[in-house]
Amino acid sequence: MIKEKNKLDRRKVAQKLLKGRKDILVITGLGGTCWDITSAGDDDLNFPMWGGMGGASMVGLGLAIAQPDKKVLVVTGDGEMLMGLGSLATIAAADPENLSIIVFDNEHFGETGMQKTHTAKGTDLVKVAEAVGFRNVSVIENQESLESFDIKTHSQNGPMFCVIKISNNNPTPVLPPRDGAYLKDRFRQALLGKKSAI
Amino acid sequence: MSDDKNIKSEIPQWPNTIYNTIKSKNFSQVCYVPDAGHSKLITLCESDTDIDCVTLTTEEEGVAMLLGTWLGGKKGLLLMQSSGVGNIINMLSLAKTCRYPMLMLVTMRGEWGEFNPWQNPMGEACRPVLEKIGARVFNVEDSINVETTISAAAEFAFNSQQAVAVTLSQKLIGTKNFLTDMK
Ligand SMILES: Cc1ncc(C[n+]2csc(CCOP(=O)(O)OP(=O)(O)O)c2C)c(N)n1
Repeated sequence: MIKEKNKLDRRKVAQKLLKGRKDILVITGLGGTCWDITSAGDDDLNFPMWGGMGGASMVGLGLAIAQPDKKVLVVTGDGEMLMGLGSLATIAAADPENLSIIVFDNEHFGETGMQKTHTAKGTDLVKVAEAVGFRNVSVIENQESLESFDIKTHSQNGPMFCVIKISNNNPTPVLPPRDGAYLKDRFRQALLGKKSAI
Repeated sequence: MSDDKNIKSEIPQWPNTIYNTIKSKNFSQVCYVPDAGHSKLITLCESDTDIDCVTLTTEEEGVAMLLGTWLGGKKGLLLMQSSGVGNIINMLSLAKTCRYPMLMLVTMRGEWGEFNPWQNPMGEACRPVLEKIGARVFNVEDSINVETTISAAAEFAFNSQQAVAVTLSQKLIGTKNFLTDMK
Protein backbone atom coordinates (compact mmCIF):
# COMPACT_ATOMS: atom_id res chain seq x y z
CA MET A 1 0.00 0.00 0.00
CA ILE A 2 1.20 3.45 -0.90
CA LYS A 3 0.55 6.17 1.68
CA GLU A 4 -2.07 8.63 0.48
CA LYS A 5 0.30 11.60 0.82
CA ASN A 6 2.84 9.87 -1.43
CA LYS A 7 0.36 9.23 -4.22
CA LEU A 8 0.60 11.10 -7.48
CA ASP A 9 -1.32 14.31 -8.06
CA ARG A 10 -3.76 13.82 -10.93
CA ARG A 11 -3.34 17.29 -12.42
CA LYS A 12 0.43 16.99 -12.49
CA VAL A 13 0.14 13.53 -14.03
CA ALA A 14 -2.11 14.89 -16.77
CA GLN A 15 0.30 17.70 -17.52
CA LYS A 16 3.27 15.34 -17.69
CA LEU A 17 1.42 12.88 -19.94
CA LEU A 18 0.29 15.44 -22.48
CA LYS A 19 3.42 17.56 -22.61
CA GLY A 20 4.43 17.81 -26.26
CA ARG A 21 1.42 15.74 -27.33
CA LYS A 22 1.34 17.22 -30.87
CA ASP A 23 -1.30 15.37 -32.86
CA ILE A 24 -2.29 12.69 -30.37
CA LEU A 25 -6.07 12.29 -30.35
CA VAL A 26 -7.35 12.33 -26.77
CA ILE A 27 -10.64 11.00 -25.41
CA THR A 28 -11.48 11.40 -21.74
CA GLY A 29 -13.99 9.60 -19.57
CA LEU A 30 -16.56 11.54 -17.59
CA GLY A 31 -15.66 12.78 -14.14
CA GLY A 32 -12.22 13.74 -12.92
CA THR A 33 -10.23 12.89 -16.05
CA CYS A 34 -12.38 15.27 -18.08
CA TRP A 35 -11.20 18.14 -15.85
CA ASP A 36 -7.61 16.83 -15.60
CA ILE A 37 -7.06 16.73 -19.32
CA THR A 38 -8.65 20.15 -19.74
CA SER A 39 -6.41 21.58 -17.02
CA ALA A 40 -3.45 20.44 -19.10
CA GLY A 41 -4.82 22.56 -21.96
CA ASP A 42 -8.10 22.53 -23.84
CA ASP A 43 -7.37 21.35 -27.37
CA ASP A 44 -9.40 20.84 -30.54
CA LEU A 45 -8.12 17.28 -30.64
CA ASN A 46 -9.50 16.52 -27.18
CA PHE A 47 -12.86 14.87 -26.93
CA PRO A 48 -13.82 15.23 -23.27
CA MET A 49 -16.88 13.16 -22.41
CA TRP A 50 -19.51 14.55 -20.05
CA GLY A 51 -21.63 11.40 -20.17
CA GLY A 52 -21.79 7.93 -21.66
CA MET A 53 -20.23 6.35 -18.58
CA GLY A 54 -18.38 3.18 -19.56
CA GLY A 55 -18.01 4.23 -23.19
CA ALA A 56 -14.76 6.20 -23.37
CA SER A 57 -12.52 3.30 -24.37
CA MET A 58 -14.91 2.24 -27.10
CA VAL A 59 -14.99 5.76 -28.54
CA GLY A 60 -11.24 5.35 -28.64
CA LEU A 61 -11.52 2.04 -30.49
CA GLY A 62 -13.81 3.40 -33.22
CA LEU A 63 -11.47 6.36 -33.67
CA ALA A 64 -8.32 4.21 -33.65
CA ILE A 65 -9.70 1.96 -36.39
CA ALA A 66 -10.85 4.97 -38.43
CA GLN A 67 -7.45 6.70 -38.09
CA PRO A 68 -4.80 3.96 -38.13
CA ASP A 69 -1.97 6.46 -38.70
CA LYS A 70 -2.75 8.54 -35.64
CA LYS A 71 -2.15 7.75 -31.99
CA VAL A 72 -5.33 7.61 -29.94
CA LEU A 73 -5.17 8.03 -26.16
CA VAL A 74 -8.07 7.38 -23.82
CA VAL A 75 -7.65 8.78 -20.31
CA THR A 76 -10.38 7.70 -17.94
CA GLY A 77 -11.21 7.00 -14.30
CA ASP A 78 -11.34 3.65 -12.52
CA GLY A 79 -15.11 3.93 -12.02
CA GLU A 80 -15.68 4.69 -15.70
CA MET A 81 -13.40 1.84 -16.76
CA LEU A 82 -15.13 -0.60 -14.42
CA MET A 83 -18.48 0.15 -16.06
CA GLY A 84 -16.99 -0.80 -19.42
CA LEU A 85 -14.84 -3.78 -18.42
CA GLY A 86 -16.21 -5.79 -21.32
CA SER A 87 -14.82 -3.22 -23.71
CA LEU A 88 -11.32 -4.23 -22.63
CA ALA A 89 -12.04 -7.70 -24.03
CA THR A 90 -13.49 -6.15 -27.18
CA ILE A 91 -10.44 -3.95 -27.66
CA ALA A 92 -7.93 -6.72 -26.99
CA ALA A 93 -9.73 -8.88 -29.55
CA ALA A 94 -9.79 -6.05 -32.11
CA ASP A 95 -6.09 -5.46 -31.41
CA PRO A 96 -5.65 -1.85 -32.60
CA GLU A 97 -1.96 -0.99 -32.59
CA ASN A 98 -2.54 2.74 -32.19
CA LEU A 99 -4.82 2.76 -29.14
CA SER A 100 -3.69 3.46 -25.58
CA ILE A 101 -5.87 3.44 -22.50
CA ILE A 102 -4.66 5.08 -19.32
CA VAL A 103 -6.72 4.78 -16.15
CA PHE A 104 -6.32 7.41 -13.45
CA ASP A 105 -7.04 5.16 -10.50
CA ASN A 106 -7.96 6.97 -7.29
CA GLU A 107 -9.84 3.88 -6.08
CA HIS A 108 -12.97 6.03 -5.70
CA PHE A 109 -15.92 7.41 -7.60
CA GLY A 110 -14.64 10.93 -7.15
CA GLU A 111 -17.38 12.78 -8.93
CA THR A 112 -20.21 11.34 -6.87
CA GLY A 113 -18.89 11.79 -3.34
CA MET A 114 -15.79 9.61 -3.08
CA GLN A 115 -17.33 6.20 -2.63
CA LYS A 116 -14.78 3.39 -2.86
CA THR A 117 -14.60 1.55 -6.19
CA HIS A 118 -13.75 -2.09 -6.72
CA THR A 119 -10.07 -1.23 -7.15
CA ALA A 120 -10.05 -0.25 -3.45
CA LYS A 121 -11.39 -3.69 -2.65
CA GLY A 122 -9.09 -5.97 -4.61
CA THR A 123 -9.85 -5.57 -8.31
CA ASP A 124 -6.62 -5.24 -10.27
CA LEU A 125 -7.38 -3.56 -13.59
CA VAL A 126 -3.96 -4.38 -15.03
CA LYS A 127 -4.55 -8.07 -14.38
CA VAL A 128 -7.99 -7.79 -15.96
CA ALA A 129 -6.47 -6.20 -19.05
CA GLU A 130 -3.81 -8.89 -19.19
CA ALA A 131 -6.35 -11.65 -18.76
CA VAL A 132 -8.46 -10.44 -21.68
CA GLY A 133 -5.45 -10.28 -23.98
CA PHE A 134 -3.57 -6.99 -23.61
CA ARG A 135 0.16 -7.63 -23.91
CA ASN A 136 1.40 -4.08 -23.38
CA VAL A 137 0.35 -3.35 -19.80
CA SER A 138 1.92 -1.33 -17.01
CA VAL A 139 1.26 0.35 -13.71
CA ILE A 140 2.68 3.64 -12.48
CA GLU A 141 2.67 4.24 -8.75
CA ASN A 142 5.37 6.80 -8.08
CA GLN A 143 7.09 9.87 -9.46
CA GLU A 144 10.06 7.89 -10.68
CA SER A 145 8.08 5.57 -12.92
CA LEU A 146 5.98 8.52 -14.09
CA GLU A 147 9.13 10.40 -15.09
CA SER A 148 10.39 7.49 -17.17
CA PHE A 149 7.01 7.02 -18.86
CA ASP A 150 6.73 8.53 -22.31
CA ILE A 151 3.42 8.11 -24.06
CA LYS A 152 4.96 8.08 -27.53
CA THR A 153 7.36 5.21 -26.83
CA HIS A 154 5.16 3.25 -24.45
CA SER A 155 2.24 3.31 -26.85
CA GLN A 156 4.23 1.46 -29.49
CA ASN A 157 3.14 -2.15 -29.87
CA GLY A 158 -0.37 -1.31 -28.81
CA PRO A 159 -3.02 -1.70 -27.76
CA MET A 160 -1.52 -0.38 -24.54
CA PHE A 161 -3.15 -0.38 -21.12
CA CYS A 162 -1.72 1.48 -18.15
CA VAL A 163 -3.01 2.21 -14.67
CA ILE A 164 -1.69 5.27 -12.88
CA LYS A 165 -2.38 5.25 -9.17
CA ILE A 166 -3.31 8.78 -8.13
CA SER A 167 -4.25 10.45 -4.89
CA ASN A 168 -7.94 10.84 -4.11
CA ASN A 169 -7.85 14.58 -3.67
CA ASN A 170 -10.67 16.11 -5.66
CA PRO A 171 -9.44 19.36 -7.21
CA THR A 172 -11.88 21.98 -8.47
CA PRO A 173 -13.13 21.06 -11.95
CA VAL A 174 -11.55 22.78 -14.95
CA LEU A 175 -14.36 22.69 -17.47
CA PRO A 176 -14.02 22.09 -21.20
CA PRO A 177 -16.84 23.22 -23.50
CA ARG A 178 -19.92 21.19 -22.66
CA ASP A 179 -21.89 21.08 -25.88
CA GLY A 180 -21.36 17.64 -27.37
CA ALA A 181 -22.19 18.64 -30.94
CA TYR A 182 -19.70 21.50 -30.73
CA LEU A 183 -16.97 19.23 -29.33
CA LYS A 184 -17.59 16.69 -32.07
CA ASP A 185 -17.52 19.26 -34.88
CA ARG A 186 -14.47 21.00 -33.44
CA PHE A 187 -12.61 17.70 -33.25
CA ARG A 188 -13.60 16.64 -36.78
CA GLN A 189 -12.64 19.97 -38.26
CA ALA A 190 -9.21 19.89 -36.58
CA LEU A 191 -8.62 16.32 -37.71
CA LEU A 192 -10.33 16.18 -41.08
CA GLY A 193 -10.50 19.79 -42.23
CA LYS A 194 -13.34 22.16 -43.09
CA LYS A 195 -14.82 19.75 -45.61
CA SER A 196 -15.83 17.50 -42.73
CA ALA A 197 -18.84 19.74 -42.11
CA ILE A 198 -20.31 19.21 -45.56
CA MET B 1 -39.02 -27.50 -61.12
CA SER B 2 -36.38 -29.65 -59.52
CA ASP B 3 -36.10 -29.90 -55.74
CA ASP B 4 -32.74 -28.21 -55.99
CA LYS B 5 -34.20 -25.07 -57.43
CA ASN B 6 -36.91 -25.00 -54.84
CA ILE B 7 -34.38 -25.10 -52.04
CA LYS B 8 -32.29 -22.39 -53.66
CA SER B 9 -35.21 -20.03 -54.05
CA GLU B 10 -35.84 -20.35 -50.31
CA ILE B 11 -32.43 -19.06 -49.31
CA PRO B 12 -33.13 -15.48 -48.24
CA GLN B 13 -31.40 -12.86 -50.34
CA TRP B 14 -32.11 -9.84 -48.15
CA PRO B 15 -28.82 -10.12 -46.18
CA ASN B 16 -26.98 -9.76 -49.51
CA THR B 17 -29.17 -6.79 -50.33
CA ILE B 18 -28.21 -5.14 -47.03
CA TYR B 19 -24.55 -5.92 -47.62
CA ASN B 20 -24.63 -4.42 -51.13
CA THR B 21 -26.43 -1.33 -49.83
CA ILE B 22 -23.94 -0.62 -47.06
CA LYS B 23 -21.07 -1.23 -49.47
CA SER B 24 -22.49 1.29 -51.92
CA LYS B 25 -22.63 3.80 -49.08
CA ASN B 26 -19.03 3.24 -47.99
CA PHE B 27 -19.56 1.81 -44.53
CA SER B 28 -16.17 0.65 -43.31
CA GLN B 29 -16.83 -0.46 -39.72
CA VAL B 30 -19.39 -3.01 -38.60
CA CYS B 31 -19.83 -3.95 -34.95
CA TYR B 32 -22.22 -6.40 -33.43
CA VAL B 33 -23.46 -8.72 -30.77
CA PRO B 34 -24.65 -11.52 -33.03
CA ASP B 35 -28.20 -12.59 -33.64
CA ALA B 36 -29.16 -15.59 -35.75
CA GLY B 37 -31.02 -13.22 -38.05
CA HIS B 38 -27.80 -11.29 -38.75
CA SER B 39 -25.55 -14.31 -39.23
CA LYS B 40 -25.38 -14.18 -43.02
CA LEU B 41 -24.73 -10.44 -43.11
CA ILE B 42 -22.00 -10.89 -40.49
CA THR B 43 -20.35 -13.59 -42.59
CA LEU B 44 -20.45 -11.34 -45.66
CA CYS B 45 -18.92 -8.42 -43.73
CA GLU B 46 -16.24 -10.54 -42.11
CA SER B 47 -15.06 -11.87 -45.45
CA ASP B 48 -14.72 -8.30 -46.78
CA THR B 49 -11.21 -6.95 -46.22
CA ASP B 50 -12.44 -3.36 -46.60
CA ILE B 51 -14.72 -3.68 -43.60
CA ASP B 52 -13.40 -3.72 -40.04
CA CYS B 53 -15.63 -6.01 -38.00
CA VAL B 54 -15.70 -5.70 -34.22
CA THR B 55 -17.37 -8.24 -31.96
CA LEU B 56 -18.82 -6.54 -28.89
CA THR B 57 -19.47 -7.91 -25.42
CA THR B 58 -22.55 -5.71 -25.09
CA GLU B 59 -24.41 -3.54 -27.57
CA GLU B 60 -23.77 -0.26 -25.76
CA GLU B 61 -20.11 -0.58 -26.68
CA GLY B 62 -21.18 -0.23 -30.29
CA VAL B 63 -22.97 3.07 -29.70
CA ALA B 64 -19.82 4.53 -28.14
CA MET B 65 -17.61 3.00 -30.80
CA LEU B 66 -19.58 4.59 -33.63
CA LEU B 67 -19.01 8.01 -32.07
CA GLY B 68 -15.29 7.36 -32.40
CA THR B 69 -15.80 6.09 -35.93
CA TRP B 70 -17.46 9.35 -36.90
CA LEU B 71 -14.89 11.48 -35.06
CA GLY B 72 -12.36 9.72 -37.27
CA GLY B 73 -14.30 10.46 -40.45
CA LYS B 74 -15.62 6.97 -41.21
CA LYS B 75 -19.03 5.36 -41.31
CA GLY B 76 -20.08 2.49 -39.10
CA LEU B 77 -23.00 0.16 -38.58
CA LEU B 78 -24.26 -1.54 -35.39
CA LEU B 79 -26.04 -4.89 -35.61
CA MET B 80 -28.07 -6.33 -32.76
CA GLN B 81 -31.29 -8.08 -31.86
CA SER B 82 -34.19 -6.33 -30.20
CA SER B 83 -33.16 -7.44 -26.70
CA GLY B 84 -29.90 -5.58 -27.28
CA VAL B 85 -31.81 -2.33 -27.59
CA GLY B 86 -32.41 -2.63 -23.85
CA ASN B 87 -28.66 -2.48 -23.33
CA ILE B 88 -28.00 0.77 -25.17
CA ILE B 89 -30.44 3.38 -23.94
CA ASN B 90 -28.16 5.55 -21.80
CA MET B 91 -25.35 5.33 -24.35
CA LEU B 92 -27.71 6.66 -27.02
CA SER B 93 -27.65 9.93 -25.04
CA LEU B 94 -24.33 10.42 -26.79
CA ALA B 95 -25.96 10.35 -30.20
CA LYS B 96 -28.59 12.84 -29.13
CA THR B 97 -26.17 15.19 -27.36
CA CYS B 98 -23.29 15.04 -29.81
CA ARG B 99 -25.49 14.70 -32.90
CA TYR B 100 -23.46 12.12 -34.73
CA PRO B 101 -24.91 9.87 -37.38
CA MET B 102 -25.36 6.24 -36.55
CA LEU B 103 -27.20 3.41 -38.19
CA MET B 104 -28.44 0.39 -36.27
CA LEU B 105 -29.99 -2.70 -37.78
CA VAL B 106 -32.16 -4.49 -35.26
CA THR B 107 -33.45 -7.99 -35.90
CA MET B 108 -36.75 -8.36 -34.10
CA ARG B 109 -37.70 -11.00 -31.58
CA GLY B 110 -40.80 -11.18 -29.44
CA GLU B 111 -42.87 -9.57 -32.10
CA TRP B 112 -44.50 -12.05 -34.52
CA GLY B 113 -45.08 -15.73 -33.82
CA GLU B 114 -42.42 -15.76 -31.11
CA PHE B 115 -41.46 -19.12 -29.64
CA ASN B 116 -39.64 -17.78 -26.56
CA PRO B 117 -41.77 -15.53 -24.34
CA TRP B 118 -38.67 -14.16 -22.58
CA GLN B 119 -38.07 -12.15 -25.75
CA ASN B 120 -41.44 -10.46 -25.66
CA PRO B 121 -40.84 -7.59 -23.22
CA MET B 122 -38.03 -6.06 -25.28
CA GLY B 123 -39.81 -6.96 -28.50
CA GLU B 124 -42.63 -4.73 -27.36
CA ALA B 125 -40.49 -1.99 -25.79
CA CYS B 126 -37.97 -1.82 -28.65
CA ARG B 127 -39.51 0.93 -30.78
CA PRO B 128 -40.88 3.14 -27.98
CA VAL B 129 -37.61 3.23 -26.04
CA LEU B 130 -35.57 3.96 -29.14
CA GLU B 131 -37.90 6.81 -30.02
CA LYS B 132 -37.90 8.14 -26.45
CA ILE B 133 -34.13 8.53 -26.48
CA GLY B 134 -34.18 10.28 -29.83
CA ALA B 135 -33.58 7.61 -32.48
CA ARG B 136 -35.74 7.45 -35.59
CA VAL B 137 -37.09 4.00 -36.32
CA PHE B 138 -38.02 2.48 -39.66
CA ASN B 139 -39.46 -1.01 -39.95
CA VAL B 140 -39.13 -3.57 -42.76
CA GLU B 141 -41.51 -6.47 -43.08
CA ASP B 142 -41.03 -7.47 -46.68
CA SER B 143 -37.87 -8.28 -48.61
CA ILE B 144 -38.86 -6.02 -51.51
CA ASN B 145 -38.51 -3.03 -49.15
CA VAL B 146 -35.12 -3.92 -47.73
CA GLU B 147 -32.93 -1.98 -50.13
CA THR B 148 -34.99 1.21 -50.18
CA THR B 149 -35.43 1.24 -46.40
CA ILE B 150 -31.78 0.63 -45.52
CA SER B 151 -30.73 3.14 -48.13
CA ALA B 152 -33.20 5.79 -46.94
CA ALA B 153 -32.31 5.14 -43.30
CA ALA B 154 -28.60 5.60 -44.02
CA GLU B 155 -29.27 8.83 -45.91
CA PHE B 156 -31.44 10.05 -43.06
CA ALA B 157 -28.80 9.25 -40.44
CA PHE B 158 -25.86 10.81 -42.27
CA ASN B 159 -27.67 13.83 -43.71
CA SER B 160 -29.30 14.71 -40.40
CA GLN B 161 -26.50 13.53 -38.08
CA GLN B 162 -28.73 11.43 -35.98
CA ALA B 163 -29.31 7.91 -34.70
CA VAL B 164 -31.51 5.79 -36.92
CA ALA B 165 -32.63 2.21 -36.33
CA VAL B 166 -34.07 -0.12 -38.91
CA THR B 167 -36.04 -2.93 -37.31
CA LEU B 168 -36.14 -6.11 -39.37
CA SER B 169 -39.42 -7.79 -38.58
CA GLN B 170 -39.85 -11.47 -37.85
CA LYS B 171 -42.14 -11.42 -40.85
CA LEU B 172 -38.99 -10.81 -42.91
CA ILE B 173 -36.42 -12.91 -41.08
CA GLY B 174 -38.75 -15.72 -40.05
CA THR B 175 -39.66 -16.86 -36.57
CA LYS B 176 -37.27 -19.11 -34.75
CA ASN B 177 -38.57 -22.38 -33.36
CA PHE B 178 -35.89 -24.13 -31.34
CA LEU B 179 -37.56 -27.52 -31.54
CA THR B 180 -37.61 -27.62 -35.34
CA ASP B 181 -34.79 -25.19 -36.25
CA MET B 182 -32.05 -26.30 -33.92
CA LYS B 183 -32.04 -29.98 -34.85
C1 LIG C 1 -24.60 5.43 -16.22
C2 LIG C 1 -24.14 6.34 -15.14
N1 LIG C 1 -24.13 5.93 -13.85
C3 LIG C 1 -23.70 6.74 -12.89
C4 LIG C 1 -23.29 8.01 -13.17
C5 LIG C 1 -22.82 8.95 -12.06
N2 LIG C 1 -21.38 9.14 -12.13
C6 LIG C 1 -20.83 10.25 -12.70
S1 LIG C 1 -19.19 10.29 -12.57
C7 LIG C 1 -19.16 8.83 -11.74
C8 LIG C 1 -17.92 8.24 -11.16
C9 LIG C 1 -16.73 8.38 -11.96
O1 LIG C 1 -15.71 7.78 -11.22
P1 LIG C 1 -14.29 7.59 -11.84
O2 LIG C 1 -14.40 7.13 -13.23
O3 LIG C 1 -13.49 6.76 -10.92
O4 LIG C 1 -13.74 9.07 -11.93
P2 LIG C 1 -13.10 10.04 -10.83
O5 LIG C 1 -13.04 9.33 -9.51
O6 LIG C 1 -11.76 10.34 -11.37
O7 LIG C 1 -13.97 11.25 -10.84
C10 LIG C 1 -20.44 8.32 -11.57
C11 LIG C 1 -20.76 7.06 -10.89
C12 LIG C 1 -23.34 8.43 -14.52
N3 LIG C 1 -22.96 9.66 -14.91
N4 LIG C 1 -23.76 7.57 -15.47
